[in-house]
Amino acid sequence: MTLFTFTGLLFLGSLFAGLLGALTGLGGGVLLVPFLTLGLHVDIRYAVGVSLISVIATSSGSAAAYVREGYSSVRIGMFLEVATTMGAILGAFLATVIHTQMLAIIFGVVLIYSAFLTWQQARKPVPELKIGSPWSDKLKLSGDYPGPDGTRIQYQVDNVSGGFSLMFVAGTLSGLLGIGSGAVKVLAMDRIMKVPFKVSTTTSNFMIGVTAAASAGIYLHRGLIAPGLAYPVMLGVLSGSLIGARYLARAHVSVLRVVFTVVILALGLEMIVSGVAKWF
Amino acid sequence: MVLKENSAKPEHEDRFNDRRMEVIMGRLLQFGVLLASFVMLAGGLLYTRAHSAETPNYRVFSSEPQNLRHLGGVIAGIKAAEPAAFIQLAVLLLIATPVARVVFALIAFAIERDKLYIAVSAAVLAVLLFGFFRSQ
Repeated sequence: MTLFTFTGLLFLGSLFAGLLGALTGLGGGVLLVPFLTLGLHVDIRYAVGVSLISVIATSSGSAAAYVREGYSSVRIGMFLEVATTMGAILGAFLATVIHTQMLAIIFGVVLIYSAFLTWQQARKPVPELKIGSPWSDKLKLSGDYPGPDGTRIQYQVDNVSGGFSLMFVAGTLSGLLGIGSGAVKVLAMDRIMKVPFKVSTTTSNFMIGVTAAASAGIYLHRGLIAPGLAYPVMLGVLSGSLIGARYLARAHVSVLRVVFTVVILALGLEMIVSGVAKWF
Repeated sequence: MVLKENSAKPEHEDRFNDRRMEVIMGRLLQFGVLLASFVMLAGGLLYTRAHSAETPNYRVFSSEPQNLRHLGGVIAGIKAAEPAAFIQLAVLLLIATPVARVVFALIAFAIERDKLYIAVSAAVLAVLLFGFFRSQ
């Protein structure tokens, strides 16, 4: 394969990964790594490095659009970023000691679990929290968001320590696997801390970029961000996710969502099988 | 209703500031990504032209050249018009974008005189800087 075809393939594949990532709400990274490793036989460490870069680009590129909606909470985000960034650094260090086959297996399991979480989160809304934990006001995590009639709806949060701990895990997965781990971040906020769903998803987007930046520097210094991979992948994922977010109305994607969930499950299994198969 | 709005607690003023802070942050992030994308595109086009005769192989891990892994080497590479150095500069710009957001939040919380969140943002910034410089 010549460099030109390889680069073209990388760009198109990444564009598709970004598009699907935006549609399913899973983010570009979870589809990019299987595409690079299973499809183009790129070493998983290179795939993770370059994926972190596209995760930062996607999260930051769509931030302005999320802000405009007026749901995200800068305080909840910043507070929980203490946990995610520390986790991300641990994840990046763990990546050096874990065997690449084991990485592929962990990736597959996380991919399947993320798909399940995203599907479940979209289906069953969490019952509204009446009174939050006393820490909600003490740590200034309580806030408000715009309701359907224009008035601000007040909210409090619950179980701050539980959410903080799970955020550390989300950060570790991000640094280890090069994914935004948005599904786990939403799980921590939406399910555990009982933050309203729209606040959780938009705040999670902000956090993804900061979390990925914490480990991307470590990958760069280790020589794991290959320039030849970085530019088609980053530009591809970014354009794909922006197109996906802008032109595909949420209402029309429910059928597509089911199809993609099946694709993601298959990819996850394939990652696990590829990891296990190399041992024999 | 309007009267009630006007007699809102000072906490609501904070929230208003938070909202403004977030709008500026969103623009800051967008600008960083746009800038990085342009550098990435320019570097990528140069890179493809310079390496068009090679067959890419990323099957096995062989770490990138030492000089392109840190800021000094990247700057030297750009002076030498090395295409890969432009791509790595774009990567550094991308990594710097969320970091700039945290720095901005730190300043904004300082203006709001919110001691708790000055400390929280400073902690996040410290972890980010530790990750970047400790690993060199």
